Amino acid sequence: MTIVKSTVDKNSELYQGNRDALLEKLGKLAEEHAKTLAGGGPKYTERHHKRGKLLARERIELLVDQDSPFLEFSPLAGWGTDFHVGASVITGIGVVEGVECVITANDPTIKGGAINPWSMKKTQRAAEIAWQNRMPSINLTESGGADLPTQKEIFIPGGRAFRDLTRASAAGLPTISLVFGNSTAGGAYVPGMSDHVVMVDGGAKVFLAGPPLVKMATGEDAGDEELGGARMHAGQSGLADYFAVDERDAIRLGRSIVRRLNWRKKGPGPSSVVIPPLYDEEELLGIAPADLKVPFDPREVIARIVDGSEFDEFKANYGTSLCTGWANLHGYPIGILANAQGVLFSAEAQKAAQFIQLANRANTPLLFLHNTTGYMVGKEYEQGGIIKHGAMMVNAVSNSTVPHLTVLMGASYGAGNYGMCGRAYDPRFLFSWPSAKSAVMGPQQLAGVLSIVARQATEARGQVYDLEGDKQMRAYIEAQIEEQSLPMFLSGMLYDDGVIDPRDTRTILGMCLSSIHSGPVESTNNFGVFRM
Amino acid sequence: MITNLLVANRGEIARRVFRSARELGIACTAVYSDADAGAPHVREADAAVRLPGNTPAETYLRGELIIEAAKAAGANAIHPGYGFLSENADFARAVIDAGLIWVGPPPKVIDQMGSKIESKRLMATAGVPVLELNDEQITDADLPVLIKASAGGGGRGMRVVRDLKDLQEELTAAKAEAGSAFGDDTVFIEPYIEDGRHIEVQIMADSHGTVWALGERECSIQRRHQKIIEETPSPLVERTDGMREKLLGAATAAAQAIGYIGAGTMEFLADEQGRFFFLECNTRLQVEHPVTECVTGVDLVREQLLVAAGERLADTPPAPRGHAIEVRLYAETPDTEGNWTPQTGPVHRITFPEVRAEFAIPQPHGLRLDSGVEDGSVVGVHYDPMLAKVIAYAPTRTQATGQLAGALSRAVIHGLRTNRDALVRILRTPEFASGDTRTSFFAEQDMTAIAAPLADEQSEKVSALAAALAAAQDRTGVLSGLPSGWRSLASQPQRRVYSGQHGEHTVDYLLTRDGLAGHEGVKLLKATASTVDLEVSGVHRSFAVNRYGDQVFVDSALGPVALAEQPRFVEPGSQVAPGSLVAPMPGTVIRVVAEQGQQVEAGQVLLYLEAMKMEHRITAPNAGVLSELAVQQGQQVDQGAVLAVITVEEQS
Repeated sequence: MTIVKSTVDKNSELYQGNRDALLEKLGKLAEEHAKTLAGGGPKYTERHHKRGKLLARERIELLVDQDSPFLEFSPLAGWGTDFHVGASVITGIGVVEGVECVITANDPTIKGGAINPWSMKKTQRAAEIAWQNRMPSINLTESGGADLPTQKEIFIPGGRAFRDLTRASAAGLPTISLVFGNSTAGGAYVPGMSDHVVMVDGGAKVFLAGPPLVKMATGEDAGDEELGGARMHAGQSGLADYFAVDERDAIRLGRSIVRRLNWRKKGPGPSSVVIPPLYDEEELLGIAPADLKVPFDPREVIARIVDGSEFDEFKANYGTSLCTGWANLHGYPIGILANAQGVLFSAEAQKAAQFIQLANRANTPLLFLHNTTGYMVGKEYEQGGIIKHGAMMVNAVSNSTVPHLTVLMGASYGAGNYGMCGRAYDPRFLFSWPSAKSAVMGPQQLAGVLSIVARQATEARGQVYDLEGDKQMRAYIEAQIEEQSLPMFLSGMLYDDGVIDPRDTRTILGMCLSSIHSGPVESTNNFGVFRM
Repeated sequence: MITNLLVANRGEIARRVFRSARELGIACTAVYSDADAGAPHVREADAAVRLPGNTPAETYLRGELIIEAAKAAGANAIHPGYGFLSENADFARAVIDAGLIWVGPPPKVIDQMGSKIESKRLMATAGVPVLELNDEQITDADLPVLIKASAGGGGRGMRVVRDLKDLQEELTAAKAEAGSAFGDDTVFIEPYIEDGRHIEVQIMADSHGTVWALGERECSIQRRHQKIIEETPSPLVERTDGMREKLLGAATAAAQAIGYIGAGTMEFLADEQGRFFFLECNTRLQVEHPVTECVTGVDLVREQLLVAAGERLADTPPAPRGHAIEVRLYAETPDTEGNWTPQTGPVHRITFPEVRAEFAIPQPHGLRLDSGVEDGSVVGVHYDPMLAKVIAYAPTRTQATGQLAGALSRAVIHGLRTNRDALVRILRTPEFASGDTRTSFFAEQDMTAIAAPLADEQSEKVSALAAALAAAQDRTGVLSGLPSGWRSLASQPQRRVYSGQHGEHTVDYLLTRDGLAGHEGVKLLKATASTVDLEVSGVHRSFAVNRYGDQVFVDSALGPVALAEQPRFVEPGSQVAPGSLVAPMPGTVIRVVAEQGQQVEAGQVLLYLEAMKMEHRITAPNAGVLSELAVQQGQQVDQGAVLAVITVEEQS
C-alpha cells in the first residue's frame, strides 16, 4: 500500500487563485440550483400547500430514511432553454427502508408538473440508472401530462417510459407508483405499468379521459372521482393496491411496500472498516486549475477522494501522462485512470487498454478522472500509430463490462473524451466539476482551424482574405464554443448527471459505487480486435 | 450463633442486610415473589426461595411460608427488614417457636409498642413527655386536636378537629373508620402541632441491659406522612441548648422502661421551642438508618445480628461526627398542585456519580447508595415505589446538602420518571439551607417551583437538539458511512419531533459542510450516536444521549431531560373509507341490531349477514349517525349492495 504524498501548498498564489475561481463558479452554480429548488415560485408553492399538499421535495424527504443521503440527478436539466431549470421533475437516488431506490417526482408547482422534452430525457435517464444498476424505482406522480406545444418531441419517444417500467418489472426490478394528483391519459400508464400502486384520497386522478373528453366522446356525464379517484381505483377498478387517506399516508404506504420487497443487493458489499482520506477534501478547491492550460497532478485529487489516501500505481514510469492505479473508495475497490499532463500519447493509450483489461480480470469498477486535451497529433505520432493505439483504448473502454464512473475535472477534448469514457461510452454515472470543459477541441483551436480553412479557401479563389472580418469571426466562434463547452450548458443537455462541488466528489462516488453494487459486478474478456 | 440468615424482605433493605451478614461470614437466604424473580437481592443471595404470587398478601406477608423457606434453605435466623412483617409480633413468636433466631425485639415489646395508647401509657409512666388529652376535658384552649386510631399508622384514620362542636361527630367517624380499617376502633386524642418537627432517636440495646441512644434524626420533610428527606443531626436539636441530652435521655429511659432489645426508634414531635413529645416506638430498623450509621460509624445491621446472637454492646456508643442527609428516590412525580403520581415501568439505567460506598459507610466522607434497583429493573405496581436511597456524609450540613443535590442532579436515571428533580429543588430551597425544616414544609412551599423540572424550557430545547443530532449519527446499513443527511442540493432540514416536560419540540437540523445550519448561537462541535458537543452562546456543553426505543434521555449540566420521539408517520385509525357500508358478498340479512338515526361507535355491530354458511358481522367503520338502514331481517342482498350509511357529524 502506498499513501499518496501531497505537495499542495495552500499558501501559494496558484492554490489561492484556483480556489477563488472555483468558489466563484460554485456561487454561480448555486444560483442556478436555487432556481430548481424554488420550484414554481412562492405563489404556486403556497397555493399547493394551501391545498394540503406536499411539495415534491417534501414528498422525497419524507419518503427517504431519516438522515440518509440523497443524490439528485441533472438538477440543471433544461438549463439555457425556455423551460424551467430542472425540467419540472426531480430524480435521484435515496434510501427507503434501507434500500437504495431511484426516485422520480414531478414538481406540480411548475406548469402543473407538465412533461417537456427535458423532463422526458431526465426521467428516461433515471429509468436507465435504475435499469443499469438493478435498483427499485419509485414514482411520485402528479403531472398534467405532456407539455402540449412540444408534443412532437415528446409523444413518440416518450412512450419509452411505459416500456421501461414494464421491462424493469420483467427484469425483477420493483416499480412503485405513488399517485398524489393528476396522472391522466398517457400518464395513467405510469401506475398502470407499475408493480405497486398507492393512490391518495382526494388527490389522485387516474383516467384515460377526464369528464369533458368523456362527455365529448360518448355523451356520458361523469365526475373526476368516479372516473379515476383513489377510492374508485382501490375499491372498484383495482388499479390502486393501497388507498392512502392523505399524502403522508401514501408515503408511509410506499415505505412499507419497499420494506416488504425483501430486497437483497447482488454485488459484494463494502469493506467494514473505511478510513477517510488523510488530506482535507476542502483542498480540492485549490487543485483544479482556473486556467486549463496549467496541468495539475491528479494524484492530489486521488489523495483526497480515496480511502486512507492509499493508491497503488500501475506502470508509474510508463506513459506518465496517464496515471493508473488501484484504490478503495468508501470500502469499494476501484481502478483509477486519471489524465496527468493533458495529452494522451501511444504509451498512455496502450497502458490504459492493459489496465482496463486487468480491471475486468479483477472484477473491479473503474473511475475515469478527466483532464485531457486529446490524443497527440503531428507527424511523429501519426507515424508511430497514435490512431491504432487510441483505438485500442477506445476498444477497451467500449467493451469493458465492469461498472465505469466518470468525473470531468478539467478539460475533456476530442477523442480524449471518448477514450476516457465520456457520456457516449455509457459510464454508470458521470459528473462534472464547475472547472470542466468539453468540446471537440478548445475554443481558440476551433476558431483558429476555421480561420485557416477559410483563409485557404479564399486565397484558393484568388481573393484577399478579410483580416478584420476574420478577427470578428474568430471572436464570435470562440465565445460560442466557450459557452457551449461549459458544464452548465452541457448538464442542461443531460450530457452529465450533474455539476458537483469538487468537495462532494468522494461522497457522490461512494453513493454511486454503493448503488452500482445493487447489481452484480460483471467483467469480460471479450474485447474487439486489438489493432497491434 | 447465626450461620444462615433469611431476610424476609426485598429490594434495597434485603441487599443492605446481606451486606452486613456477609461480613460476619453468615450465609444469605432470600425470598422472592414472582415479580421479583430476577431482582438483584435474589441474585446476590446464596439461596433464594420463591413465594408464589405477586401481592404482598400472597408473598412477603406470608409468615408461615417464610418460616418454611428458612427451614428449606437451612437458615437459622430471620431478619424482617422494615415494613411487611417487621412489626408483627405473631410472626416474631412463630419464628421463635420454630426454633429460629428472631432478629428484632422481643414479641411482647412489639405488641406493647404496636398499640399507640398502650405505648403512650408506658412512656408516660417512664417519665417521657407525651401528647395526650382526655376527650372529656377538651377545651377551646386545646384546639386544634388530632384524633388518631390506636392501631393505625401511616396517616390513615387521622382527623384534625379545629372546632369543639365538631369533636363528637369526628370521634364517631374516626372510630368507625378505625374499626373498618384496622379491626380495632380504639381512638385517642392528642394536641395537633401543625408546624412541628419529626425528630426520632435511634436506639440499640443488647440483652444484657446496655442501651445506646445513637443520636437523633430529623425527618420533618414528609408528604402525607411519607418521609422524603432525613438527616442527622437535627438542625433544631443542634441549635437548641440542652435539647439533645433531654431527648436522648428520654429515649434511653423509654427503651429501658420496656426492656427493649435490638434496634428501634423512638419518634417524637417537637416544636420550635425545643419541646418534644413521644409519638411512637418503631420496633425495627428504619429506612433512614444509614444517616445514623454514617455519623456514628456503627453498622446497625451488624449490631442487630450480634445482639440477636446474644452478644454485648460496648458500654457507651461512639460519638457522632459530621452530618449526613438521606433522600429517598421514589418512582413518583409531583405536579404543581402538589399531587404525587406513582410511576411504573423499566429502569433502563441508573447510576450516581462519585458513589463511595454501597450499603456501607463512606470513608472518610462521601456519597452512599442503598439501591434496590439496577439497570434493567422494572418497577411494578405491587410494592413501595422507592428505588434507592442516596446519602451524603460530609463534615458539615452545608457540604452534605451541596454534595447530595449535585450528585442527584448529575445522576443518570433512564426509564420511568422519578422525584429526583423535586429532591434537588427541595435541597436547594432557602428553607432547607437554613434548617427550617418542618412537617408543614410542602404546605408552605410553592409546588410550582418544586415540581419544575431541573432543565428549564430552553435547556430542554437544546437537549432535544442534541438528541436529534445524536440520532443523526446513529445510522446503520447502506450508505451509513456517508455524511449524515447529505444532500447534493439541500432543500430543507431534517426534522425530528420530541415531546418533553415543557411540551413538544420540533427540531429542524441541516448538517452541511460548514456544520449545523439554521440554529443561531449554536455551533456543533462534535456528534456521535451517544454524545453531542455543542457551543451554546459561546459556552461549550456536552450532552450524553441514550435511546431506548422512542424514549430518549439527554444528560448534561443543563439538567436531565427525558424525551419521547414522536413517530414520523401515524397509521390512520381506519383505512376504510367512511360512509356507505356495502355487502362484502351475496347473502341473507339474518339479524339487524341497530336502528336508523342511532348514534353508533366505531366497531359497533350493525347487522349480521349469512353467506356460505358463515355469519358475517357488519360493523360501523367509524363513529357517527346511522343515517340510513337499507335492509331488514331476512332480506337477500347482492354483493356491493348498500346495507347502511353512516354520517359523520361535523364538529361544530
